[in-house]
Amino acid sequence: MDIVINLVLFAMMIATAIGILMMRQLFAVVVLAGVFSLLSALLFVTLDAVDVAFTEAAVGAGISTVLLLGTMALTSRQEKMPRSFSPLPLVVVVVTGAALIYGTLDMPNFGSADSPAQTHVASQYLERTPKDMGIPNVVTAILASYRGYDTFGEVVVVFTAAVGVLMLVGGFARRREPEDEGE
Amino acid sequence: MRHHLILRVIVKLLVPPIMLFALYVQFHGEYSPGGGFQAGVIFAAGVILFALVYGLRKAKRIFPPWLVIRLAAVGVLLYAGTGVVSLFSGKAFLDYSVLATSPKDAQVYGIIAVELGVGIAVATVMIVVFYAFASRPPRINDEDW
Repeated sequence: MDIVINLVLFAMMIATAIGILMMRQLFAVVVLAGVFSLLSALLFVTLDAVDVAFTEAAVGAGISTVLLLGTMALTSRQEKMPRSFSPLPLVVVVVTGAALIYGTLDMPNFGSADSPAQTHVASQYLERTPKDMGIPNVVTAILASYRGYDTFGEVVVVFTAAVGVLMLVGGFARRREPEDEGE
Repeated sequence: MRHHLILRVIVKLLVPPIMLFALYVQFHGEYSPGGGFQAGVIFAAGVILFALVYGLRKAKRIFPPWLVIRLAAVGVLLYAGTGVVSLFSGKAFLDYSVLATSPKDAQVYGIIAVELGVGIAVATVMIVVFYAFASRPPRINDEDW
């Protein structure tokens, strides 16, 4: 049953991706990108990664869609047609894609129990978390305690993103707002 | 969006449960899926949804930009401060064992503190980025959509 759901979701994601490639209206492209994120969130749910699915649904389908719409409102809503067809990008994409697919042949099977992810430190974390912290959510234990440095770095990166956006797009506190915001 | 009655009613119904769910994901993170990152983005999504339908000005009145920017720094500092506390107590940075006498309790307190920092930082950064983009005067008229 799982495999059917996965195949259906993957098929819909591929269809969405092709739709994004074909569209010239950027509004439709942005909305389809949101659909793509929502589909991958569903895929994460079938993989039992509910917390990743939360994030994907909220960020990918929600916030980034809104931000892309906002960016589009500041630039253009129609994709420019390329002036001439150049084969180089196509060659680069095909070669890279072929290399990636060739790389997947060496990877362990989907959900395989003896993949490095399962055999390396994962069992250690599963074993030690109840003893060290007594909390049931091992993911939280890893993120906030065992790998606390990494998570701190991530938070700083997120903060830096805000600083960068404020420097590039401009501070909004001083700017006068348009009058026609819906009241 | 003055005329969108259905949107306004639905958003009014939806935003409080979204924010409540964000708080649940934040403070129940040790027991159920989720944590600071997830709670932060869900909370920010609630604020952005409100701003989209009720207008940026109302959203800015509830979550004023000066406060949101400062809270982003507060979140990061809360995380870093937890580490500094253990640093000043003679342990390594982010070693939670100094926060309580029982090692398990200390871990739980440490996790709650840093997850709260993550949640505050992520939520406010998302809101800041949204404000920054949405505050620019758009070049497209609403009718063009």
